[in-house]
Formats: sequence, C-alpha cells, structure tokens
Amino acid sequence: MTTTITSRRGPARGSGNGTGRGSGRGTGPAPDRKNWGSTALAILFLAIMLFPVYWMVNASLQPNGTTLETSWLPLKPDFTGYATAISEQGGNLGTSLVISLGSVALSLAIAAPAAYALAYFKVRGASIVLFAILISQMIPGIVVANALYTAYNDLGLLNSIPGLILADSAHGIPFAILIIRAFMNGMPASVIEAARVDGAGHIRAFWSIVLPLSRNSLITAGLFTFLFAWSDFLFALTLTTTEAVRPVTLGIFQYIGAYVNDWSSVMATAVLASIPAIILLVAAQKYIAAGTTGGAVK
Amino acid sequence: MSLTTDLPQSTPPNGKPGPGKAGAKPGPGRAGSGDGAGDAVPSPRRRSRQRRERLFQWLFLVPAVVYMALFFGYPVVKNVVMSFQDYTTATFFTGEAPWVGLANYVTVLSSSLFSTSLLNTALFTVGSILGQFVIGLALAIFFQRKFPLNGILRSLLLLPWLLPLIVSSAVWRWILDKDSGALNRFLGDFGIVDTGVPWLTSTSLALIAVVGVNIWIGIPFNLTILYGGLQEIPDELYEAGSLDGATGWKAFRHITWPMLRPVVSVVLVLGVVYTLKVLDIILGLTNGGPANSTQTIATQSYALSFQEFKFGEGAALGNILVIISLVFAVLYLRASRRAVDE
Repeated sequence: MTTTITSRRGPARGSGNGTGRGSGRGTGPAPDRKNWGSTALAILFLAIMLFPVYWMVNASLQPNGTTLETSWLPLKPDFTGYATAISEQGGNLGTSLVISLGSVALSLAIAAPAAYALAYFKVRGASIVLFAILISQMIPGIVVANALYTAYNDLGLLNSIPGLILADSAHGIPFAILIIRAFMNGMPASVIEAARVDGAGHIRAFWSIVLPLSRNSLITAGLFTFLFAWSDFLFALTLTTTEAVRPVTLGIFQYIGAYVNDWSSVMATAVLASIPAIILLVAAQKYIAAGTTGGAVK
Repeated sequence: MSLTTDLPQSTPPNGKPGPGKAGAKPGPGRAGSGDGAGDAVPSPRRRSRQRRERLFQWLFLVPAVVYMALFFGYPVVKNVVMSFQDYTTATFFTGEAPWVGLANYVTVLSSSLFSTSLLNTALFTVGSILGQFVIGLALAIFFQRKFPLNGILRSLLLLPWLLPLIVSSAVWRWILDKDSGALNRFLGDFGIVDTGVPWLTSTSLALIAVVGVNIWIGIPFNLTILYGGLQEIPDELYEAGSLDGATGWKAFRHITWPMLRPVVSVVLVLGVVYTLKVLDIILGLTNGGPANSTQTIATQSYALSFQEFKFGEGAALGNILVIISLVFAVLYLRASRRAVDE
C-alpha cells in the first residue's frame, strides 16, 4: 500500500509539473494574474472550520466564572483561567508529557528495527507481520482496554506511568512501522551492502548508516507517536482508577463530566492541551505532510 | 569474485531466489564457488554463519512481534475467553470466573439497549462518513485551483484533526451549550431561533449534534487523502477530455471519479472502521445520553465493563464490534488490493 502510494505519486507529480501545468499556463488568459477570489473563499472555509479553535482561545481569556455571556472578542483578556488551569492541571500536563515522551522512545526503539527488517531482509513471515499490523488497526480500543485492565490488575500496572506508556504505544507502533518501512523501502540497498562489505556488522550498519539516513521518517513517526500518546483518552480512562496518575485528557474529561460553571479554566486547559498539535502544525509542516500520506495506510 | 563470501548474507536465508542470485543454488553446491581452500571445511562454517545471520535478522523483528502479540493478539484472545465467563468485580478478589457459555451474548443481544446501540452506531457511522466525505471531496476539488496561499490554508485546515479528541469535545460542549453556547447565540442574533436549542440534551437532537462534531473532525483527513488522489490524475487526461467536449461535470463524471475510485474506496472503508471505534467524542459530548440516545456499541461496551463492572458482557459486546469491523476489514483489503493493481 505504502509503496504504491509513493511510487504512483512520483511520475504523476512529474508530468503534472512539467507538460500539464506548463501548457495550461501558456494557453490561459493571464498567466501572472493571481486568483485572489479563490483565496478569499478558502479563507472563509478556513474561518468556519477553525471557529471552534478560535472560540476555545477566546473563552479561555474571559474573566472567571462568567457562564452567561462570553463576548465575541477577548477585548479584555483575563488570565485567571490559565492560573486555575495550571494550578489544577499542571501536574496532569506533566504526566501527559512524561507518558508521551516515553511512548515516543519505546515506539521508535521497537518500530525502527522492525521496519528495517521488513524493508531489507526477506525474513520468513514478513508478510504475516505486515498483515497483522493492518488487521490490528481494525481492533477497537475498548476491546484492548477490556482485556488489558484485567491483565494490568494482575501485574500491578494499573495507575502507573510505565503501564500507560506501554498501552499508549499501541496507537503509535503500528503506524511508526509502516511510515519508517515505507521510507526505508525507497533507500538504495547498495548503501547498506557497501557498509556490510566494509565489515560493519548488522547492528553497526543499522545504527550508523540506516538510522541517520532515515532521519526524516524517524522524526515524522516520532511526532505522530507523541501526538497519539498525548491525545490518548481511552487508556487513561480505563487503566487508571485513582488520582495518582492522571493524564490531562482525563483531567479535561473530569472537568466536563460534572456541571461546568467555570468554562474559562476548562478552555484554558484545552488550549494548553492543544499546544503540541499547534506546534506540530506550525513548526513541522513537512513531517505532517509525510505523516498524513502514510495515514492512508494506517 | 571475492565478494561471494559476503553474498550469502544479503540473500534470503529461506532459499527464495534473491535478485542477481538466480544462478546460485542453495545447498552444498554453493560451497565450492568462492574460496577453494577446502570443500569440506567451509560448508559447516557457512551453515552456522547463515544460521547466525538468520537469527540476527529475526532479532530486529522480535520486539515488534512480541509487542503486537501482547497488545493486540492477547487482548483479542482474552476478550473471547472473557465473553464466555461470568467475569465481574468479584473475579478480581476470588480469581474465579465461572464458565457460562453463551449467556453473556444472550444477555447482551436480547437487551433492549442493543437494538438502540446498533441503530445509533449505524446512523452515527453513515452520517459521519457521508458528511466528511462529501465536504472533504468538495474542498479537495476546490483546492485543485491554483491561488495564492493555497498550501498554507490547506495545511491549517488539518488542525481539527490533530487536536486531542477530548479537547474538541470540550470545546464543542461549550459551543453547543443550550443557554450560553456560541451556536445558539449566533442563531438567536439572526432571529433564526427564539429560545436556546438543547443540542446535546434533547433525545432527538443529540445524535445529530454528535454526528456534526464528528464530521468536523473528519473533514481534514478526507480532504488530505482525496486531495492527494486528485493530484495524481494526470493533466493530460483532462486536456484530451476537453478536446472531446468533456468539461465541468462531464469531466468529473468520466475522468475524475473513475480515476479517483481506488482512493475513494480506501478513504470510505478506513473511515467506517475508525468511526465504528469512536468513543472519546461521544463520551466527552454526551456520555451516551440523554436516555441512551447517543449510545453506540463501543460506548455501551465501555459502560458494561467499566461502569457496571460486567466484564464478561462488555467483552461479548466488544467482540460483536470486532466482527462488524472485520467485515469492513475484508472490504478494506479488497479495496487496497484493487488500488495496488491499478
């Protein structure tokens, strides 16, 4: 799947950029005139789609306790919502951060060697592993949580950060394997063979040749794995029973589970919980593009 | 030819013909080709090296296989076993889970709530997919135009998809609030409604509202994948088509749609499989209420296991969801095979 998507993209792009668009421009009425009308329309779409995000930020800046009328603009920004959010949810944000970073480390440590093996060695059963990864995406999280709860209960992993890191990686590992493998498939085998001829062992060739060359796919996989673990709600909800370990998603759920009379701090927490997604979108554009294409396979 | 000593390492260990190695047969015949020092000595050494090689290759895969077995394989098996047991809170203390055969399935399927959840799941899935797909496709086609800021605007549209689902739920809870939510105030300001519409608290509106929010979340994914699919259709086809008078709707009907079909089937089937599993949005927005009007099979399975602590029944319902997903998984694999073929 992955390979077909990427390989089909190559030639199609090329022809589009070359002959197609070139001739279109030549025959078009005014090649340099900018189509600002369409831009305006696109901005209108974007405004509608992103209104909830604006509303979240706007509501987070309203004075505390006003449920009656939220003004359309945060003319007098008030940061008490944030103060409450940080004092009440700051620890949960830290928990989420630790879990997400742990999940990135675990996912990459497991996924990168596996992707290498699937891309390079014709190991017996490789196709079975790939098939299992695809099928695993069809398994509802609640089924996994149901069985994990009992196992975690026996193993003493409930309410623990390692337990959540392990469980949350279930979102990221299959995805990371597919993304990294797709990239490694496109890497020339001669590079690795040359390294092997030079006497490098498997582990050294992997560590000092393959991994540095796969940097971009590792970053893409890492960013998405972070986001998956950060956004996880189901495992946080089912695999914790006390307040000891509480990711921020669960903190927000607890906020909105009861009657809410202080929306500004709920929205302030929501804004803080959105920061990773926003950073990703702004700072890591090209990695996101790579990840969403891979998302078709996920 | 001195390279031959290294070649076996890069060839498949299981005897499948590797590229460029078609001539070399696995087995004793190969031993004599390289270093002719002695025919008897290298053969066992090579074999052990080959075995070590195979072991090394497997070592790279072992952690992933173990993880997948523990976090996907085990839960599925365990869930099947649990669904035939009377697995409750007591089990955690006594360690006993009596075998009850199909009793859990009978209880779950005969419950009046099952038909409600099944219908809600179907409506939620069909409504969400339809909305996401139609709006996503329309936007994807729109963004085929060339205009300034196209790329930036398109990528900013991804934001709803990247936000944690529980964050989106919280924001929409506030927007859809009956008394002071932004939507009702907006509608009120334009005189469309007089009193606050109880979007999330009315049994007749809650499911519609939840579907609407899920459409909002899913549009970016559909847009991105469909946009990629559209980009891959060669411009030459449209040029040739326009010579034959195929423009506008005709071009869409006879060029775009047939060419986009493989991508469309992948998007739709993936959408269905993901929507069936959705839990976060519904729990965050309505918690399955009011009066179970937004209860789906997934949320119902959660409630049985983790609120009523009837793990056996929750497992049974979860398995029914797996079976429904598997039907679509088969469709997905057929669709992606078609995509590979084309």
